[in-house]
This record gives sequence, C-alpha cells and structure tokens, in this order.
Amino acid sequence: MTNENKLQLFDGDLPVEQITNNWYKEFKDSNFGAIITFVGVVRDEDGIDGLSFDIYEPILNSWFESWQNKANDLNAVVLMAHSKGDVLNHTSSYIAAVCSPKRRVALELIDEFVEDFKKSAPIWKYDLIDGKREYAQDRSTAINGAGILS
Amino acid sequence: MVTIDFLGPINRDSLQVDIKNLSELSEILKKDEQVSSWLGNCAVAVNDTMISSKDIALSDGDKVSLLPPVCGG
Repeated sequence: MTNENKLQLFDGDLPVEQITNNWYKEFKDSNFGAIITFVGVVRDEDGIDGLSFDIYEPILNSWFESWQNKANDLNAVVLMAHSKGDVLNHTSSYIAAVCSPKRRVALELIDEFVEDFKKSAPIWKYDLIDGKREYAQDRSTAINGAGILS
Repeated sequence: MVTIDFLGPINRDSLQVDIKNLSELSEILKKDEQVSSWLGNCAVAVNDTMISSKDIALSDGDKVSLLPPVCGG
C-alpha cells in the first residue's frame, strides 16, 4: 500500500466498513500483532445537524508523511481517512489506525497520533445548523507557532 | 509578486503583494480589517512548509498561507 492510500480523503461521510475492512485485509498478513482503529462519529449535540470540513491537502500530506516516518521508525504503520464537506450526525468523519508488531507501541502511537492530529492537521470544522456552516472556533486550536504575523 | 492565501474560515480572497519578507506582510495585514483580528491565532506556511519565525526572505512567485485554528475529526 502506498503512502497515498494510507491517507484517504472522501467527499461526505466515510464508508467505515469498507475502509476498515480494506485496511484489515491489507495488513493482516504482514505480521502486525496489533491493529488498532479509532472511528470518530459525529454526535448529535447543541442542535447541530452535522459537521462540515475544509482541508488544506498539501500540508496535511506533509504532516501525515512525518507521522508515517515516525511510525516506521517503530516498525509500525499509521493509516487515516477523513471527510471533506458535510457529514451528518451519527456518521463518521474520521478514522485513524495504527498497525504494529507490538500492542504497547500501537496503543501509545494511536493516542499520540490522534492528539497531534487534533491540534496540528490543517482541517477546519464547521457546525451545520439550519443548512448553514458556522466555524467551530471555540473547539479549534491554534497551530503551534501561530501568531508570528501579529 | 508574492501570493497570500487565507485558508479555512478566514473567508478572504487571495492577495498578490510586492513584498520581500514576512515583516512587510505583517504590516500590510494589520491594516486589513478582514484579516487583522486573525493574525494572533494564525500559523504561517511559506510554499506549503510551516514556519516558526518572521525572519524569512520572500521571492517573486512565493506563496504564503495563513492557517487559522484547526479542529479535525
């Protein structure tokens, strides 16, 4: 599987079973003892109909590549799928996975990978309310190093 | 000219400006009502590489991107 296929972007909600089944088929014979998958599901809260996302792909790709290199140094692999555009409540917008020979490496890496994703990946979230997009500013995090032009 | 892209929710069209460094860009954007309030929270990339210092020289054809606070997932 090429790096391109390890990071997959979809218009709208994710076909979760298709993505995770394909990852399992791809890696189950590669002697990884641990395959950990995290599936993010949009929750119905605060009156939203769903979420919507903008992604800046060039920097997302380089961010993902740096994580792939870090994982490879631990003999592991990271995988990710994310939605672009609108994703309604109770469907999935984000899946991350780690394949590793050892359980402990996979458990620690999925935690670090998902946390860094939340604060560094160039993705912007909007609430969908009455058909309009509202930037989720209060749940967003300034990227490390922000503010140099102020 | 240097192209300035405003990503995500900033909601401003790209700019073409004649500048030689990021300090000059900072002075221009501080006077831009649509953008000035974002500057404190925006990260910056030059030619799609994230940077952490304003001491960067810019050349004709370079692209500067402003990245407001993120929230994937």
